[in-house]
Amino acid sequence: MAIIFIDGKPYQAKDGVSLLDACLSLGFDVPYFCWHPALHSVGACRQCAVKVFKDEKDAKGKIVMSCMTPVADGMRLSIDDPEAIKFRASVIEWLMLNHPHDCPVCDEGGECHLQDMTLLAGHVYRRTTLKKRTHTNQDLGPFVNHEMNRCIQCYRCVRFYKDYAGGKDLDVFGCHDHVYFGRSRDGALESEFSGNLVEVCPTGVFTDKTFKKHYTRKWDLQAAPSVCVHCSLGCNTLPGERYGTLRRIRNRYNQSVNGYFLCDRGRYGYEFVNSKIRIRTASVKTNGAAPADEAAPELAISEIRKKLNGTHEGGIIGIGSPRASLESNYALRELVGAENFYHGVSDTVFNMMGEIVRIIKDGPVAAASLEDAREADAVLVLGEDVSNTAPMLALALRQASRNAPMVNLAKFKIPHWDDAAARNAIQNEKSPFFVASFTGTRLDGLSSEKPYRAAPDDVARLGFLIAHELAPESPGVPDASAEEKSLARRIAVALRNSKKPLIVCGTGPQSIHILRAAANAAWALKRAVPDARIAFSLPGCNSMGLALMDFPSGRPVSEALKRVQAGGAKAVIVIENELDESIGKEGAEEIMSLPCSVAIDFIATRTSQLAGVALPAASFAESQGTFVNNEARAQRFYMVMQPQNKNIHGVWRWIMEIKAALGTEKQCPEIDALTAELAKRMPQFAPIADRAYFPPPGFRIAGMKIPRQPHRYSGRTAMHTNIGMVEPKPPADTGSALSFSMEGFYDASKKQKIPSALLTHYWAPFWNSVQALNKFQSGTGGPLLGGESGKRLMEPSGSAPAYFTDIPEKQKKAPGPSGANNKGFFAVPLYHVFGSERLSMESQAVAGLCPEEGQPFIAASPRTLSALGLNKSDTMELEIGGAVFDFKTVADEEMAEGLAGVFVPKNANIAADLAGLYSKLPAWARFLVKTERKQ
Amino acid sequence: MSAKDPQAYPLTAGMEMNGKAVGLQKYEALGGYEGAKKALLQMGPAQVMQEVKDSNLRGRGGAGFPTGQKWSFVPMGENAPNTRYLVVNADEMEPGAFKDKFLLEGNPHQLIEGMVISSYAIGASVSYVFLRWAYKEAAKRIEQAISEAHSKGYLGKNIFGSGFDHEVRLHTSAGRYICGEETALLTALEGKRGIPRAKPPFPQICGLWGKPTVVNNVETMANVPHIIRNGAKWFKEISRSSDGGTKIYGASGRVNRPGAWELPMGTPLRELLEIHAGGMKDGYKLKGIMPGGASTEFMLEEHLDTPMDFDSVPKAGSRLGTGTLMVMDHKTCPVGLVLNIMEFFARESCGWCTPCREGLPWLTGILRKVEHGDGNPEDLEILNEHIPLLGMGRTFCALAPGAIEPLQSALKYYKQDFEAHIEKKTCPYK
Amino acid sequence: MLTPSEIEEIKHEVERAGRGLNASVEALKIVQRQRRWVPDEELEEVSKLLGVTTHELDAVATFYSFIFRRPVGKNLILVCDGPACWMLNGHMLAETIKAELGIGLGETTKDGEFTFLPISCIGLCDKAPAMMINDDVYGGLTPEKVREALKKYR
Ligand SMILES: Cc1cc2nc3c(=O)[nH]c(=O)nc-3n(C[C@H](O)[C@H](O)[C@H](O)COP(=O)(O)O)c2cc1C
Ligand code: SF4
Ligand code: FES
Repeated sequence: MAIIFIDGKPYQAKDGVSLLDACLSLGFDVPYFCWHPALHSVGACRQCAVKVFKDEKDAKGKIVMSCMTPVADGMRLSIDDPEAIKFRASVIEWLMLNHPHDCPVCDEGGECHLQDMTLLAGHVYRRTTLKKRTHTNQDLGPFVNHEMNRCIQCYRCVRFYKDYAGGKDLDVFGCHDHVYFGRSRDGALESEFSGNLVEVCPTGVFTDKTFKKHYTRKWDLQAAPSVCVHCSLGCNTLPGERYGTLRRIRNRYNQSVNGYFLCDRGRYGYEFVNSKIRIRTASVKTNGAAPADEAAPELAISEIRKKLNGTHEGGIIGIGSPRASLESNYALRELVGAENFYHGVSDTVFNMMGEIVRIIKDGPVAAASLEDAREADAVLVLGEDVSNTAPMLALALRQASRNAPMVNLAKFKIPHWDDAAARNAIQNEKSPFFVASFTGTRLDGLSSEKPYRAAPDDVARLGFLIAHELAPESPGVPDASAEEKSLARRIAVALRNSKKPLIVCGTGPQSIHILRAAANAAWALKRAVPDARIAFSLPGCNSMGLALMDFPSGRPVSEALKRVQAGGAKAVIVIENELDESIGKEGAEEIMSLPCSVAIDFIATRTSQLAGVALPAASFAESQGTFVNNEARAQRFYMVMQPQNKNIHGVWRWIMEIKAALGTEKQCPEIDALTAELAKRMPQFAPIADRAYFPPPGFRIAGMKIPRQPHRYSGRTAMHTNIGMVEPKPPADTGSALSFSMEGFYDASKKQKIPSALLTHYWAPFWNSVQALNKFQSGTGGPLLGGESGKRLMEPSGSAPAYFTDIPEKQKKAPGPSGANNKGFFAVPLYHVFGSERLSMESQAVAGLCPEEGQPFIAASPRTLSALGLNKSDTMELEIGGAVFDFKTVADEEMAEGLAGVFVPKNANIAADLAGLYSKLPAWARFLVKTERKQ
Repeated sequence: MSAKDPQAYPLTAGMEMNGKAVGLQKYEALGGYEGAKKALLQMGPAQVMQEVKDSNLRGRGGAGFPTGQKWSFVPMGENAPNTRYLVVNADEMEPGAFKDKFLLEGNPHQLIEGMVISSYAIGASVSYVFLRWAYKEAAKRIEQAISEAHSKGYLGKNIFGSGFDHEVRLHTSAGRYICGEETALLTALEGKRGIPRAKPPFPQICGLWGKPTVVNNVETMANVPHIIRNGAKWFKEISRSSDGGTKIYGASGRVNRPGAWELPMGTPLRELLEIHAGGMKDGYKLKGIMPGGASTEFMLEEHLDTPMDFDSVPKAGSRLGTGTLMVMDHKTCPVGLVLNIMEFFARESCGWCTPCREGLPWLTGILRKVEHGDGNPEDLEILNEHIPLLGMGRTFCALAPGAIEPLQSALKYYKQDFEAHIEKKTCPYK
Repeated sequence: MLTPSEIEEIKHEVERAGRGLNASVEALKIVQRQRRWVPDEELEEVSKLLGVTTHELDAVATFYSFIFRRPVGKNLILVCDGPACWMLNGHMLAETIKAELGIGLGETTKDGEFTFLPISCIGLCDKAPAMMINDDVYGGLTPEKVREALKKYR
């Protein structure tokens, strides 16, 4: 800690940070543009000028850029110095020379960092009479709107896009006051992090294009803390609602998880909430005919009661879901009884999840948070295509790839936040980084050596070899080649020589061997490097929650099918699930043909269409609950808005209704009570009962609830006049400490801390943009004030590792092109960030970026294809697991020889039999010559 | 100018008026490459560095930073990075400057010898000449000199059997004044957009491709062989000031003999103007002189007795800069001239920092208004207000501070001219 | 399309300077030598040879004044607009060129023979006013001398 004097008063500041950082952290309002808490300093905009004095006697002082000046003990500076004030106002005046003076019609208006800084710096009067320069705008694709005239050349966009996120298709063109930020030509931005430009850009150059379609003023958005549902990482979000539709998603800062950013799937995947495929009314199928429209909920419930009459005990089975909340799964499990509760996942996923829990719980190595991943200084990615299955983990790994060489900055006396200097000093040096995958990944560019391309079992073998290199007692791979051994040795040495190595794997390859190999490697590494971590990417936003619910027992959906086939069940309740994905088309049909079948979901699925009764559920935005992310961090999401009609309920509440109808329970508890009950009943979830993380509905500050609406929310008295002239009472929220209103407690002074888990928006006097966040952190980039907003449920037990010993055999080579019936590949699953997650595919913007126009395809190397007599643009028939599918063929230079990558997008039109294909992968596939194929 | 005494005019001794370069043979006859031989065979790098320090050679790129001292910041010794670079700044885009061109075209071997010696001193095995786009003739001559030096073993492996290897590479730039700024130059040399870098870290610590790098001006380099050959003492003696050596001075504008000349450092302005440049042309009176390019303040008649060296010129309110005078006569409109200069700087701003990128075009617009008779008194206020706002430390690099130097002094010395434009609503010089 | 010899030359530069943007300016100049400017297609080819994207390369190309991303006539007339030339009425030379060729600053003759651009100081201040046509330099210009010089390129 250093003592610095700001305008004569002493303050404590962290050593080694920049003066700007220190001032902001202390709560001072120093304006800035080019600086960003995650991108650090480059000194371009000159907005952050302050005056520093040599010593007490120095009265003249010197103007410096606070972002480029390191804090030093005893330093004296002035923010209020007239010369500094004048200079800062001038910077705004310069920036406003060419900036349009049309805030009222600008998409950024209301949360514009330029507006804020203009007020803060005190520039008011336009003196120039010169013409403004203008630019043309570009079409940057479905996510980001471009309006270049609003640019103030802070360079933050390119610094985020290129330097931070590794994008290569956004740049700065031209020179002097003509500099232009965009692409060389129009076209969709290629980076899956492009949406962050919206928040990184301080003005209205880059804005949210999907939001533009149903625009509303920023201060009119009702928001609540939420958690992303589009992958397992649990990034924190702030969805915003107006007039009953979800309008956009913004980042919700969480230092331990996503930090300042989100991926585009998370930001733009929200439109399913508003989509046509929402189930908004209950439907009851009569006599196997099409569902009756608009069955009243009572009707649906009475139908269930009728069907279930007498069968309640043991006759109902429940199928839970990795995308349903902990509460919903718990409610179902309670209703049907633990022995009748099935995890709605395939055997493969079920087994992998069990193994992952065991690895984290019983092993000595902690699961990495995204923050851990950002701080790693050596990375081994085993098989998982992180960029496509857990994008923000990929972004974190990108930061990790810079950490090892950053150590050298000290030699040059370059502070880590001096971003341009640091990048120059580091040049192309990278942390040790190794990728083993089936095909090319977007992390390959970071790889220290040529990525290892191989089949799942071979990737696992490499992992086992590495583990063996690190610790001889971890079993070796007897028939490994010399090359494989030496690669493993190089990787082992690099990992051992680092301080925070990270092993990354996941369920994507659907190989339990890879998970075990990763565990062995991490455990072996831990002996030499105490801070070693392991990161898992999982299939769904609550896969971990579901897995933990029954660990170490539990059953996958295949057991449910067996039970049904054996006649052991009369009724089934399925929540938030597409059964054919886990059990196949026939299996799903069999289960759903029980005399009573109920599906509770918010979108229409093939399963809900098969169901006798389909009940309209609330989406994440209309409900409250807990998701457990990939590192076993339980995080709470809150209702952003009321469901569109009174028929829609949270899944858990529907289950309570059914329970009541069946007469076992009369009182329906509040969600909060349900969470508390579950925390009490299941020790693995006990930490979520911590009321600091999970303030009860009765929680008040100064007697007030926390408002979901900002205090400038407008139109409340008018917005419902199409329905009635009387202003309705804001709906009550009995389940949380949040209110559906603009009244309530809000204070950005850092004195009275709103629990970070309840922060619904960031605003402070002068700070309307996202940058207001600094008022709610303890130090920029630090934790939010008011306590953690998530709880880790599982830490390693610390016991000595019991290394896995079953080493898979070397992958057999494809039989080769000898005879038409003998042509095969080994088929492995492929994923795409835009295409492999069901809900986001209901967003037009996301679906539009799905590869091959949303068609399934097979990717194989040109050599593999030609060995089979195929061209790259052929279609083919492929037999996998006894079924035959039609596929488009795609040549993939990077695919390991003999492998075929199978990609099936998760959109609504995919045939049910294809949907279940992934549950069978990896597997041998036989290629059939298509009879009608053109010569 | 033939048969000049190489002891008194070391840089230009062999140069002829016919525009041809001093060839290798002639250069050798004048003692060329003897300095390099002496340095590489008889002196250690530290000794070379010390000699240059002792000579009081100050950088001729404009700022006058002591060259030996600059070199001494390069980390040397076992723990230092073993790749280091020397880069010669031959960008010379400063309007009004043409002295480096004079040396480059006149005696390219002298530069190369300087580079070999300097690289030896800092332990660089590769050095670069960063040459201005427009200097096509110089480019040819440098290329030729490099290949000649190679064939004689002055470049390449094991020079003079000393064990020292060295390669010189020529990079011809693609325009942009900012690339003359040493850190922007390095960025440009890396094939990127020529944006300056913040200092610290200084290039000597972390420069080209992140490696220790010394950037020196062409004229600075040209002095090095002579310092090594004749010694620091000699170098100091041939100067008329405490800064060592000679200086290439020059003059343009309405003078009788515009041109460039090598003269002892510290030659007074009056001598340059009246003797070497031959005084003002008939019918023209002196109105002001920019002593060292377009980014230096005007000097007036009353400053004519200023010795032209790095410390004296600032006392007269300006900077030595490049030492090539731009002489403004009494029939030239100072507002028009400053406008011309400001247009240049506004156009050449790299676009990185706000004050320069936005401020200079604004000033240009205002000056244009004033020059064309559309100005008003508030415009002058805005001009004046910008002088401190664009000063050193306010902008990211020294381009904008340089750009406002002529404006600042014009506002001071030619205030009536500005006011006359506004009052008469036209340019009184038209 | 790049010619085989251009590709060779660019590859040579890349070999010397390393992949990435290092050799970008050299490579773009090679493209310009025959074509006088850098069309999109060639920009893309060069970017592939360097191992960068067109966006990254174009960012560099558009920064520099003498990498042209728009067509340039066969002969490039660059009249100095530096202060020394300005003082000696160098800006008046534009009128002569306009009268002779019918083009103003930034324009190209219809027949594609000449493009007329300004250039900042070309180090001929002592011979002001000055200009360059292609690689040739001309000092001490008068309207007469400009007309004379232009003749050589017609
Ligand atoms: C905008 C700007 C342009 C410059 N242009 C040149 C130039 O063209 N040639 C040059 O030698 N120095 C130029 N300099 C100075 C260089 O930054 C650097 O100080 C010089 O090359 C160092 O060489 P020296 O120590 O030998 O003087 C320029 C500086 C600035 C700020
Ligand atoms: S002062 Fe700023 S904009 Fe101007 S050239 Fe320097 S860095 Fe670029
Ligand atoms: S924030 Fe400091 S210069 Fe931009």
